[in-house]
Amino acid sequence: MADEPILELRSITKRFPGIVANDGIDFDLRRGEAHALLGENGAGKSTLMNVVFGLYQPDEGEIRVKGEPVAMKSPRDAINHGIGMVHQHFMLVPVMTIAENIALANAPTHAGVLLDMDAAEKRVAELSRTFHFALDPRARIENITVGQQQRVEILKALDRNADILILDEPTAVLTPQEARELFAILETLKREGISIIFISHKLNEVLEIADRISVLRRGKLIETVPREGATEAGLARMMVGREVLLRVEKAPPEPGETLLEIDGLNVRDDRGLPAVRDVSLTVRAGEIVGIAGVDGNGQTELIDALSGLRRSESGRIVLAGRDITNRDARYVLDAGYGHVPEDRQRRGLVLDFSLAENIALHDYAEPPDSRFGWLFPGRLIARARRLLQEFDVRGGGPRTRAAALSGGNQQKVVLAREIGRDPRVLLAAQPTRGLDVGAIEFVHRRLVEERDEGRAILLVSLELEEILSLADRILVIYEGRIVGEFGPDVSEEELGIAMTGGGRETEAA
Amino acid sequence: MTEGQPPEAPPEEVPAPEDTQYTPSIAARLAFAQRAGGVITPLLTAVFAFFVGGIVVLVTTGKNPLTTYRAIFDGTGLNWLFPWVSGAERTTAALNLQQTLLLTVPLILTGLAVAFAFRCGLFNIGGQGQYTVGAVSAVIAGAYVSTSHLPHVVLAIVVATLAGAAWAGIAGLLKATVGAHEVITTIMLNWIAFWTASWLFGIGGPLQVSGAGNESVPASETVKETAKLPVFWGDPFLQGLHIGFFVAIGALVVYWIILNRTTLGYGVRAVGFNPDAARYGGIPVARNYFLAMAISGGFAGLAGAMDVLGWEFRLDQTSIQASQIGFIGIAVALLGRNSAVGVFFSALLFGALLNGTSTTNLDPSIFRPELAQNLTLIIQGLVVLFVGADVLILYLWSLRRKVRRQARPADAA
Repeated sequence: MADEPILELRSITKRFPGIVANDGIDFDLRRGEAHALLGENGAGKSTLMNVVFGLYQPDEGEIRVKGEPVAMKSPRDAINHGIGMVHQHFMLVPVMTIAENIALANAPTHAGVLLDMDAAEKRVAELSRTFHFALDPRARIENITVGQQQRVEILKALDRNADILILDEPTAVLTPQEARELFAILETLKREGISIIFISHKLNEVLEIADRISVLRRGKLIETVPREGATEAGLARMMVGREVLLRVEKAPPEPGETLLEIDGLNVRDDRGLPAVRDVSLTVRAGEIVGIAGVDGNGQTELIDALSGLRRSESGRIVLAGRDITNRDARYVLDAGYGHVPEDRQRRGLVLDFSLAENIALHDYAEPPDSRFGWLFPGRLIARARRLLQEFDVRGGGPRTRAAALSGGNQQKVVLAREIGRDPRVLLAAQPTRGLDVGAIEFVHRRLVEERDEGRAILLVSLELEEILSLADRILVIYEGRIVGEFGPDVSEEELGIAMTGGGRETEAA
Repeated sequence: MTEGQPPEAPPEEVPAPEDTQYTPSIAARLAFAQRAGGVITPLLTAVFAFFVGGIVVLVTTGKNPLTTYRAIFDGTGLNWLFPWVSGAERTTAALNLQQTLLLTVPLILTGLAVAFAFRCGLFNIGGQGQYTVGAVSAVIAGAYVSTSHLPHVVLAIVVATLAGAAWAGIAGLLKATVGAHEVITTIMLNWIAFWTASWLFGIGGPLQVSGAGNESVPASETVKETAKLPVFWGDPFLQGLHIGFFVAIGALVVYWIILNRTTLGYGVRAVGFNPDAARYGGIPVARNYFLAMAISGGFAGLAGAMDVLGWEFRLDQTSIQASQIGFIGIAVALLGRNSAVGVFFSALLFGALLNGTSTTNLDPSIFRPELAQNLTLIIQGLVVLFVGADVLILYLWSLRRKVRRQARPADAA
């Protein structure tokens, strides 16, 4: 493994109006190494990689590939210099086969005109064998797993002779097993001399896969460190700029009365297909019940049905003694629900409303916010000011538009509203989605505090780590069914197997 | 366990919202400019429309556009506001300004009709139909009911407002119950109002004016004296300015109060900005669609009453069919950015344009009057085009973001 850098960035600066996204960043990638780019959202990771891939032009600085200074005017230049990028969302045609998708990017032809499908298939099979991808060239994209689709994307880059591979948050869409398989593949790629840049904000996987780690914070390179000697706590401090509590400290739960009871619930999705099948569960006061599962296994429909936004086919939902089955959102909210929705920008907030108006979203039509239809903006603002302070919302006051806040602070506003109503049951759907380490820490701590206050909390999350560190009981949902119940000390592997339908397969027929 | 947390944690958060990932596009900057310069954008739009209109004048007539605009301006009577205008010129200016304001009154109201629906995320194209229904109702109440002055005026106004509200309410109800798109339904309702009113007062129609010699007059009865709005500025016999002007100003205030100081307005705005969040928040979305349409139609119906009771006093087939007040209301709302103050000024602008380019006001030696009227249409069209264009860009922008968001549901970036 030679130490000569295959890719070198010298004091790259990229400015956008009002902001310096990359501020004099030096970065180098050695042949056959995996170099992780770690940072919070908005730290400038993606901007930097887009500069490398020719999607942005740097304002200052130089890019050198294999020692030669090059100008990346477009992705085509980058590809010609052997750089491949795998984006977070894949660019594949679902109805086409793997070989056809590869051929779309780089088609082998007969005499320059006719598509040579046989050659394409042969090439895919060959590459797949070299790198142990286990892909069938004739399989259709729509029939293979997300992990396999990602491998097709990597294959697409390799097919164009890339020896530098940029992976943008590659594990965000994968199950733990698939992530493990990806890491194995990355090891193979490294052995074959491919260099990898791995963008992530997850500390554990960075420590697992990277040879060196560069941490970005607010557009600046903080430090590049070798994996040896790096710790999660140390990296978190570099990312955030202060000490971060990574593990949520919590006392054992003291469950009280049952506050949420779901019995034999069936819900259909938008296309009319069964999405939630015969789900029964209970949540008691003072406990956090976590629902783990891969995205798209009925979580959204379950949450919608619980919060009065979707009709259920059959079954019963009882909240603190009141039957709320198929009642509307208003009734459900009055029955004592707090609901942190999955998508805070689509549902959780009216982005064009001020924070005070957003906080009044559930209660504006009742005293003291209003009386006989007359609104008292002063009271809205007073309450908002109190809650914004309590929940440490920064970046604006009661009159600030919600859209002007960062994601973390927007989520705090949602939490402030939902918890501020003093709910008996708190439904938290992906409460830390898209948040950075500092904000995640806040949300987690707050959820545990609310549990200790005696609220019943139902946590739905795609992040296994979140479920494991918060939940007192863990239910696994697969294809709309609850396929297993675990204690908080279950291993990630065991959960992962249940999440993909393994273990209790007999039920899923 | 949180006690140990130091209160002065270091400043956090980069100033950019995370989901834009440092890529403010032209549209994002435009959106910012719109919010920052709520006044500047519509002003620029109007100025640009006049500029292009001036080029049209130059190309079509070869005359100096500035002379033309000067003549139009004098025709609007707005020079009455200048203290140095005196004598006979001032008297003429006053007469002209009364006519301008006479047109401004219904434009404010139809502008509000479009604006209110907009705030609920609805596009009310039916202002014209609701205006017609209001005018017809006002004429019927004004001509066929006998009572003393004040109750008669109030009755006619209330009936017209309710009629407009009911007419738009049909579209609102269809939207709320079966999801029929309000653009389609209001356009269809426009035509129903158009032909029904034409038939009612047409030759042989059930409400055609009676009396000997009137058989061939396709018009309504004239409203009784008791139903006429008092004139407070100018000569009642020369179409002076009636107190409907204050009704329109009052409507602007009511509009602002409903939107900003009532729970109804809160709900309407929440639904307009984000129906998903409104539903999640427990706000009845369908009911707000209906109410917003009904209130919107009420404004337009009131506009019809103001014209009938203020200066027209009767409806005839030609004026019903030629009226554009409701449609110009769309341009008024667009240019006024759906705000009360904005609607006032853009209604004044369009009222002034209509009056300043009317045949009676524009000196034929400066500009051929039939061309002048087209100039109004050109400027009106350009305003809608320019205002519409940036709204369109914003719309496409938000659509793009929506698509992007759906494309990566498990986004953790």
